[in-house]
Amino acid sequence: MARFGSNNHKEVPAVTSSSLSDIVFMLLFFFMVTTQMRETENKVMVTIPEASEVVKLERKDLASYINIGTPTRQYQAQYGTEARIQLNDSFKSIDDIRDFIAAERDSRSEGDRQLMQTVIRADQDVRMGIITDVKQELRRCSALKIMYSSRKATK
Amino acid sequence: MGSNRKVPQMNTSSTADIAFLLLCYFLMTTTMGTQTGLSRRLPPMPDKNQKTEDQKVNRRNIIVVKINSADRILAGTEPIDVSQLKDKIKEFITNPQNREDLPEKEITEIEGFGKYPVSKGVISLQNDRGTSYKAYIAVQNELVKAVNEIRDEFSRAQFGKTYNALDEEQQGIVRKAIPQNISEAEPKDVGKRR
Repeated sequence: MARFGSNNHKEVPAVTSSSLSDIVFMLLFFFMVTTQMRETENKVMVTIPEASEVVKLERKDLASYINIGTPTRQYQAQYGTEARIQLNDSFKSIDDIRDFIAAERDSRSEGDRQLMQTVIRADQDVRMGIITDVKQELRRCSALKIMYSSRKATK
Repeated sequence: MGSNRKVPQMNTSSTADIAFLLLCYFLMTTTMGTQTGLSRRLPPMPDKNQKTEDQKVNRRNIIVVKINSADRILAGTEPIDVSQLKDKIKEFITNPQNREDLPEKEITEIEGFGKYPVSKGVISLQNDRGTSYKAYIAVQNELVKAVNEIRDEFSRAQFGKTYNALDEEQQGIVRKAIPQNISEAEPKDVGKRR
């Protein structure tokens, strides 16, 4: 070890922490790319049902969400405990779906409109009546590609 | 000034903190959960001028799955449990013994594969307004599972791989050979419970 014996410093050199920030930035970019901004706040309680044959949503940016469920506690006084429809950020009725779909269509580019998908996020205890109404309305708006949101069943 | 001309090194230890803060911000405000679900195509709204005659399907080619407001299931003519539904549907689609009361098969030319007897079976799903969504999804899931299993069996027999392991073109062939004909009929009110 004679080669290294020349420097007689006893001090341990400080660990350079300059690369730490690079690592964290890399993490940051990873999350920025893979995640998506949470756009809406849930006003209805939704427990998604389980299914084993689920497929992934292909184009997240082309999906529009219809939430159906009972209002969360803070809204129950105002909106009751019956299952309600939430579009974007507010409670809506069946008739508003038409405008909602039209608005969603307008916000996408011409070529992407064919691929648009409507995701129905409904609570598992909701009755089918309201969902049937939604489906009929979607058919009337010819938004035919739908997806029943469901979790992959854990075995 | 002093004899030391060296520019003092910048203290970069806080950059990490700033980046961490940003990272935390993005972690809080974004979602990563990949959306999964059952994909479906709704039938277009029937045209008013169009008569329903051409919709007529031979009786043996259709199985009606009904779910009532108490989440009981009726497949064809008999009440059935969800756990048995898959096998029932599989038997219905494949019709292994070529029975008279199960769907007929039509020899179809599939591009890139050849002739294959494609089942003409259609599953018609009917539900009540009082059916719970959970039961509905469970039934939908069983129907998809039945079709997926038949597809898997077919791919294993023909290509020696599972359906998911096939390439795009082969998957297309399998899809043509075993179509997923699930029709969601016009809503009907059966029960009274809301």
